Amino acid sequence: MKIMLSSAALLAMTASGALAQDVVRLGTEGAYPPYNYLDDSGEVAGFERELGDELCERAELNCEWVTNDWDSIIPNLVSGNYDAIIAGMSITDERAEVVAFTQAYTPPSPSAYAAMSEDADLESGVIAAQTGTIQAAHVAEGGTATLLEFPNPDEAVAAAMSGEADAVLADKDFLIPVVDETEMSFVGEDIPLGGGIGMAFRQSNTELRDTFDTAIQSMKDDGTLNELITEYLGEDSPTW
Amino acid sequence: MTCSDPDTLSGLSWLLCYLTTGKHLSLYWSVGTVLLLLAITAPVSLAFGFGGAVAARSRLPILSWPGKAYIAIVRGVPDIAFFLFFVIALDQAFEYVRHKVICPDWDQPIRQGSDFVVCQAAKLPLSTAPQWVHEVYGFAIAVLTFAIVFGAFAANVLFGAMRAVPRAQVETAEAYGMTPGQTFRRVVVPQMWIYALPGLSNLWMILVKATPLLFLLGIEDIVFWARELGGPKTPRFTDYPHGDWRMWYFLALLVFYLGLTRVSELALGRLTRRLSRGQATMGGEAQRKGTAPA
Repeated sequence: MKIMLSSAALLAMTASGALAQDVVRLGTEGAYPPYNYLDDSGEVAGFERELGDELCERAELNCEWVTNDWDSIIPNLVSGNYDAIIAGMSITDERAEVVAFTQAYTPPSPSAYAAMSEDADLESGVIAAQTGTIQAAHVAEGGTATLLEFPNPDEAVAAAMSGEADAVLADKDFLIPVVDETEMSFVGEDIPLGGGIGMAFRQSNTELRDTFDTAIQSMKDDGTLNELITEYLGEDSPTW
Repeated sequence: MTCSDPDTLSGLSWLLCYLTTGKHLSLYWSVGTVLLLLAITAPVSLAFGFGGAVAARSRLPILSWPGKAYIAIVRGVPDIAFFLFFVIALDQAFEYVRHKVICPDWDQPIRQGSDFVVCQAAKLPLSTAPQWVHEVYGFAIAVLTFAIVFGAFAANVLFGAMRAVPRAQVETAEAYGMTPGQTFRRVVVPQMWIYALPGLSNLWMILVKATPLLFLLGIEDIVFWARELGGPKTPRFTDYPHGDWRMWYFLALLVFYLGLTRVSELALGRLTRRLSRGQATMGGEAQRKGTAPA
């Protein structure tokens, strides 16, 4: 295991020596399946892993994956600890004030409530959501329900399962496998939130942003992006 | 036994395969990370504390003010705020200095809106550096941050301990004609530890429990892995699906931390007996009379 890792690191070193400026560090959360998660060997995997690797190949860049806590994912980007965020981050106006987004690589997809009981009170009950997400903002702005925030999506789901919260509000793509495998079910209407998911860059780093933007466009044009969406996010997930 | 197809396994062999996945190896590694952090941070904090205490008790305002300010400010700021803000600030300060030295011809502003932009060569570590360099750098920053925070508390403890050395001891040293420096080195410092030990042992225990703050610094510590591994896993994303097992993982953490605490208590107990020897304290007196518990 260790030998494999170090030889991979050695490869990465020699490769990066050739293209000194072309190492791009991709920051992700690693806790948001199917978008990004850590597989059994502890490597970043999922929709965004495959997407990011493909984009880097098209842009002829060496990419390195870095995991970072969701709470500090934007501060660490603007401070330069990695070069891009690719972490299921919906494009919103508030975030766009701080970071530069590429065009969306998934169409705006609905958010949904999942709960243990069919008649969960979504109007005035307690709703669990991950801190700093569009879903948390939605519950807070709605004003009638009580928002219960968690640092990662797993704990938001666990709160709804244990009864600490009446329901959890999250991206529907994230909740589908959860609902499939547990006793929870979708309740209420789906809510369209956000402007799709995009990669985020430092606002001063327009060159790199444009490179990835072009690569995303080329994946949209030849249909590979749609195949990826269907493979990872399900048949029902909206495509381009 | 092969772990390539866990679905066919059951019982103990399943568990063995499960506990040796790459993710679990990362958990075991992180135990080492935490112990290493403790092993490095404790002496470095003590050095910071000693420096702070010596500065704070200096008769020169130019030394005593910064010493006292360090103790007061760092002790006053909540740890979480310190860990979230200070690390990014520290990292940027290093890069700023390097930028000024390495790229003097750079004509763009460093602050562009919310962005912090230095030339590529000034990046720390270089963006071309392999991941382990980034991790070692992150770890070093973490040690420094912990050392600064705990150093301030240690400084206060040592400051008090230096004053607790009986006045008669210092007076005797002066009567022998020792200079203040000699008195400090030969009398105060050797005797102060027994007075500092209760406070320092408290700090050590708090430091042990503060290590989960590592995750705020981007280091994947044992609490992070326990949470990540314990969370419910669906078959789509793992070969080892299971429900919410966080309780078991946190139970293991509990045992780990209790074990660490117990070992620390034993070691500190020995140290206390050792340092009491020949001291004008109740413990030292009891040892002299031979009535102390062995």
